Amino acid sequence: MKSLFKHAALAAMIGLSGPAMAGLAYVSNEKDNTLSVIDTETHQVIDTIEVGARPRGILLSKDFTKLYICASDDDTVQVLDLATRKIIDTLPSGEDPEQFALHPNNRHLYIANEDDAIVTVVDVQTKDVLAQIDVGIEPEGMAVSPDGKWAVNTSETTSMLHWINTETFEIEKNVVVGQRPRHVEFTKDSKIAWASAEIGGTVHIFDVDTIEEIKQIDFKIRGVPQDRVQPVGIQLTSDGKYAFVALGPSNHVAVVDAQTYEVLDYLLVGSRVWQLALDKDEKFLYTTNGVSGDVSVIDVDQLKVIKSIKVGRYPWGVVIDPTS
Amino acid sequence: MSLLSRTAAATLLTMLSAAPLYAEALDVRIGYLQWVPDKGPVLSNIIPEPEDAGLRGAELGLADNQTTGRFLGQNYELETELTGSHEEILAAFEAMHDKGTRLFVINAPAQTVQAIMGRAGNNTLVFNAGAKDDALRTAECHVNLLHTVPSYAMLTDSLGQWLNMRRWTDLFLITGPTEEDKAWADAFRRSAKRFGLKIVQDKPWTFDADLRRTAAKELPAFTQARAYDAVVVADVRGDFGEYVPFNTWLPRPVVGTQGMVPVTWHRVVEAWGAAQLQNRFRALAERDMNGDDYAAWAAVRSIGTAVTDLKVADANEIRDFLFTDKFQLAAFKGRSLSFRDWNGQLRQPIPLVHPRSLVAQAPFEGFLHPNTEMDTLGFDKPESQCRING
Repeated sequence: MKSLFKHAALAAMIGLSGPAMAGLAYVSNEKDNTLSVIDTETHQVIDTIEVGARPRGILLSKDFTKLYICASDDDTVQVLDLATRKIIDTLPSGEDPEQFALHPNNRHLYIANEDDAIVTVVDVQTKDVLAQIDVGIEPEGMAVSPDGKWAVNTSETTSMLHWINTETFEIEKNVVVGQRPRHVEFTKDSKIAWASAEIGGTVHIFDVDTIEEIKQIDFKIRGVPQDRVQPVGIQLTSDGKYAFVALGPSNHVAVVDAQTYEVLDYLLVGSRVWQLALDKDEKFLYTTNGVSGDVSVIDVDQLKVIKSIKVGRYPWGVVIDPTS
Repeated sequence: MSLLSRTAAATLLTMLSAAPLYAEALDVRIGYLQWVPDKGPVLSNIIPEPEDAGLRGAELGLADNQTTGRFLGQNYELETELTGSHEEILAAFEAMHDKGTRLFVINAPAQTVQAIMGRAGNNTLVFNAGAKDDALRTAECHVNLLHTVPSYAMLTDSLGQWLNMRRWTDLFLITGPTEEDKAWADAFRRSAKRFGLKIVQDKPWTFDADLRRTAAKELPAFTQARAYDAVVVADVRGDFGEYVPFNTWLPRPVVGTQGMVPVTWHRVVEAWGAAQLQNRFRALAERDMNGDDYAAWAAVRSIGTAVTDLKVADANEIRDFLFTDKFQLAAFKGRSLSFRDWNGQLRQPIPLVHPRSLVAQAPFEGFLHPNTEMDTLGFDKPESQCRING
């Protein structure tokens, strides 16, 4: 009876605080060891959460109750409870975790261990390490296809995509792409994968059935030296219309037609733009700008930058909780 | 039963998909040769240079190549020789060359590099990872000689740009007595002209006192002048230069080979993924990575990057590939690096550092170039007589 009451009270409390902070964005600040929490209605930072050392990759659990954080210099993955904003657990991660991806089963976490040239697979419920897979030097980008069949890792210095079978945890194919591949993004139907190559300055489009490259996208921004055009983060709209590509120290985000792979526009954002996230309705795109220490907000309908929000030092990753 | 068969099927699948790659197994042999002449006794002997500087960079480059090669059926081998004289390194080169090695990384003085090129013949590719002399980039070029170490001119141009940017234009130059000191100072005088700097005092260092006892007394008097914005020191081996900061007549910053220094690489460089390279190097060598290590690493990685794409180990094919648009070296300096087609120099940003921090990285905004801003550093095509690609 008493416990029931407590639960009800807690629910009421959450219920009360809910409407005031509709749509929260979480930003990891690499050099501040914090997360900034942004209310996406008001575009204000409403909280700053202290986390482990050098937080980089962040992602939400499939039920949106937890946030996983790569605390790279602490050699651990932290688990943040979103309701209380407290670190409630840590996971074994291998050394220097940088980016990771969660399998649709909400249990298998694929972690790129940058210093060790390994991908570690952890069961987030039992905390067991299920596999450690040898990959190329400086594994960075991690993605799991929405249908759960493939985990893809990018190794930066080896310049490869490693295609890992999620049933056997074995690499089935290694594909050389442009120099320093950073990020992989699957389409919702798991048929196409997009991969960015930072130093190559290219984005590579793969047909997932055959694991063959079907298209390479190049970028040219007027007035920006070509070697500063460095693709990193990618976001795809779920209607299949646009792909957004963060172009690093060129300080621009490219808008790409996701059907024809034609570059439609370049939007000027903050300095050294790396990662991107779309909000629930895909009305706004958020970008982390490491050097200027802010987040730019792009209106997706108008393809215009409407605001920049000051966060911590060297913002790295960004995710948006669609349920908050 | 069902699990077993699934595992078996998966193993078979892995083997099948791997097989076509490993069918073309390829061996790539690289020779690393080092001869660093003894610098003689120096006044400032507190922090000695590591004797394996360069070698450990080549080893890291090899490890990086191997990891990539593992997935492509390419096997890299590094043969190394640390020699004690000009004659020894030539003999070692000839021995490796006779055994069929055609890819070399050399960390030795310019004169030795020249002698090696005289013995290299066709279908041999040599990377200079030690000699900074401008002459190797302006007049005495070789078709099969590339440079991953920056020239003196690239280093001093970086400093010159920065001084121009800060508007610290009136300079007091102190030059040490060695040939290297004079080469550095000559390069700086050229940079001063290029970037509108004025050398108000140009004094050779002639003192031979032990400055640990007398620096505070000697240097203020030595640097006495009416006005200057900064003191520039040309003391490559680190003899007296360490004692110049804080001992100048006027309260001015010290730059050059001491104080704030333009370098190939330094432990304070951490942006653009460099932290990962520094970590990998420390794990391998149990010390910090320096410029010689970086130049050797970049040479071995250039070979690896070419072989990954070409799938052959032929020296001439690798050389030609390195001058195409397809070659881009991801080298942790924030830009993709490439070789200048007129003289084989690896174009690259130059960090300006003090012992505990990065101050800035050249080239700087506003110094324009029609092709790449990186070519505002060092000898640009019209300033060099070399045309190694015709």
